[in-house]
Amino acid sequence: MDLAETEEEREFRAGLRAWLAKTLPELPPRPSPDDWPGRRAYDLGWQRRLYDAGYAGLHWPVDAGGRGAGPTRHLAFLEETERAGAPYVGANFVGLLHAGPTIAAEGTPAQRARWLPPVLRGEEVWCQGFSEPGAGSDLASLRTRAVRDGDAYTVTGSKVWTSHAEIADWCELLVRTDPDAPRHRGLTWLAMPMDAPGVTVRPLRTLAGSAEFAEVFLDGVRVPVAYRVGAENDGWRVTMTTLSFERGTAFVGEVVACRRTLGALARAARANGRWDDPVLRRRLGRLAAEFAALWRLTQWNVSAAERTGGVPGAGGSVFKLAYSQARQELYDAAAEVLGAEALALEEEWVRERLSSLSYTIAAGTSQIQHTIVAERILGLPKGR
Amino acid sequence: MDFQPTQEQDDLRAGVRALLARRFGREALRAAVDRAEAEGGAAGRGAGCGDACRGGPAAGGPGAVDRGLWRELGAAGFFALRLPEADGGVGLGLAEAVLVFEEAGRALLPGPLVATHLAAGCVGGAADGTAVVTAFDLGDRPGGDGGAGAGAGAAPGVLVTHLAEADAVLGTGAAPPAALLSAALPVPSADPLTPLHRVPPPDPGPGPHARLRDEGALLTAALQLGSALRTVELAVRYAGEREQFGRPIGAFQAVQHLCSGMLVRAEVARTAVYAAAVGADAADRAGGAGAAGFGSAAAEIAGAKLLADRAAAANARDCLQVYGGMGFTWEADVHLHLKRAWVRAEQWRTAAAAEEVLAAELLAGARQPGREGASYARGGGL
Ligand SMILES: Cc1cc2nc3c(=O)[nH]c(=O)nc-3n(C[C@H](O)[C@H](O)[C@H](O)COP(=O)(O)OP(=O)(O)OC[C@H]3O[C@@H](n4cnc5c(N)ncnc54)[C@H](O)[C@@H]3O)c2cc1C
Repeated sequence: MDLAETEEEREFRAGLRAWLAKTLPELPPRPSPDDWPGRRAYDLGWQRRLYDAGYAGLHWPVDAGGRGAGPTRHLAFLEETERAGAPYVGANFVGLLHAGPTIAAEGTPAQRARWLPPVLRGEEVWCQGFSEPGAGSDLASLRTRAVRDGDAYTVTGSKVWTSHAEIADWCELLVRTDPDAPRHRGLTWLAMPMDAPGVTVRPLRTLAGSAEFAEVFLDGVRVPVAYRVGAENDGWRVTMTTLSFERGTAFVGEVVACRRTLGALARAARANGRWDDPVLRRRLGRLAAEFAALWRLTQWNVSAAERTGGVPGAGGSVFKLAYSQARQELYDAAAEVLGAEALALEEEWVRERLSSLSYTIAAGTSQIQHTIVAERILGLPKGR
Repeated sequence: MDFQPTQEQDDLRAGVRALLARRFGREALRAAVDRAEAEGGAAGRGAGCGDACRGGPAAGGPGAVDRGLWRELGAAGFFALRLPEADGGVGLGLAEAVLVFEEAGRALLPGPLVATHLAAGCVGGAADGTAVVTAFDLGDRPGGDGGAGAGAGAAPGVLVTHLAEADAVLGTGAAPPAALLSAALPVPSADPLTPLHRVPPPDPGPGPHARLRDEGALLTAALQLGSALRTVELAVRYAGEREQFGRPIGAFQAVQHLCSGMLVRAEVARTAVYAAAVGADAADRAGGAGAAGFGSAAAEIAGAKLLADRAAAANARDCLQVYGGMGFTWEADVHLHLKRAWVRAEQWRTAAAAEEVLAAELLAGARQPGREGASYARGGGL
């Protein structure tokens, strides 16, 4: 058991730090949350800078245009960028962490050549069209239909909770191609251009007041067969590659961010006198232990993935359960520090408190994660 | 960085597990409980608390510690693990020690394991397990509050574990056990395998050295971790076997989610304990500075103790719930895990003290202001 850096890791971090110190001050001001075109430009601009500096797609395979770095190196990258206060992955999330890795793993050479470089260079935005009004936790029950018609599929149905749909160029879409096959066997993974005729995006307002996600209506949208990744009706397996990425390293930077928030909370409590309340002080102390442990759990999972050379597995569910709860407790503690000020939306922590409410729902609800842990890790008998 | 255990560390752990399975399996555990019961009712059965309560293991009796096993542990290097090889030790670090203590916690091995281990370099016989060494390790300021926590009418004094069977008490200036014992009152103990005595408050003095307290807290956290992992196993096994409504209870989500919650607690505690051990070893080598990561070694140890205490106690309770009525019996082992977890939670570093250490560290670390965090949609993710 060793947490020390190797010489290469130290060099990598030093180089990255130097680059961040030079680059971050050159960044344009952050756009306002409601300025969608501005957000798109900002996030893509950041990705472009990463690309030019050789940091894009660090964890992607070399033959997909990435740097082929192992999980440990990727972790160091996420840690350093977050510590320096670099922009979040933002609109590049699906491209870099979901659709991209799926295409890298399952796509043809032509598909990889078409879609991966623009993601790495910060030229195209992807969104994820999996969930539907009738299919959330039970994703395999989705009903959006794709009917083969010559060299294209005609797609009809609707998707919901699609993050970044308004500014996306592409959507990784899960559709039903064989309604008669068993649920998991009739699904297909398609890359759909968001500007195709028949695609209607209707923004949904979140409880935070923002429009982070949208409904996407699909009315006879034609998607070329060439845009299918993997075989027809093999979409479930193709998709599971993506979801295991989602539950692996997707929250690494945020743990570092939480730790920083906790420090800021301590300072604020000190400044407004609430630090003298031992109950609050101890609560913050406990949260400090939680987030330190979550960081260590990340390192533990990454070391395990490094050894197997594989993608983080079901251990990600353990992490997500602990993390989403701790994160919500963090902002509840922030509210206690703020007192009545916790009602004022101008406080960033108050807005963060609202966003944090999604953590136990998005990317697999906590109940679903508990069931995954119980059945797949602990081996308890299957329910139902 | 490779945080996973090395092959040697896995082998070390497996060796200890095998030794304990052979020498202190379930039957030996229950026999030890029965013996402690027969010797004077350390378990304080019933509310009536008559003469039985005055018991505790009789002075000079065999007590909860099996001397033969203690020596065997000594021969296997359990106590001398971290002594330099030149001094007859094994020359390993806290990283290895926590793995070994985790196994002891899993097996519910009784006795002042931590104090004896800490005494290996300074009390004769501790290193090879020929001596049993206890310590004033209960509460945050043993002796400092003069037993203020004791109920009305209770004799003033502080509680100390395994006094009657100890050959020495760790700590500068601590009187020998025999002298302490003459002024001590045996006290019925919540944990049948942790006999208690109330002794007059020791000279408050400087208390245990900070370093010793940290190491004690970390090794105790490792014991808690072992227990927390063990109760997950017990609960999962029981949930797979016990049937109600025509199926194993483990097929019910309410039961499944209790079990997965237990695993989450245990895994969070595991990484906290291992990281604190690795960090303390690294700080040792570097002469003080903490390992790469958050905070000082002392704060990381405080966090490990806090999370491991929680994992052990909460997991034992959830395990009890999974066991149903069986969980409330003397016969099931669940209560032994819970009661020992309660003892350990009071040892070396309590939750209250740990949280204060962490809070102080947090504030100190926050003094260098970080970035002002106006970042939109952070964590919006998907
Ligand atoms: C902020 C945010 C962003 C999102 N972005 C995207 C996106 O970009 N693309 C996309 O495709 N999806 C996205 N989602 C959707 C997300 O994946 C789903 O919300 C999630 O999977 C839950 O589905 P649901 O909302 O239909 O809830 P439901 O599945 O209806 O669940 C409702 C409640 O029932 C519980 N429940 C359901 N089934 C079970 C069961 N078997 N056992 C026990 N309890 C159960 C759930 O835990 C939950 O508490 C996003 C969601 C959020 C909140």
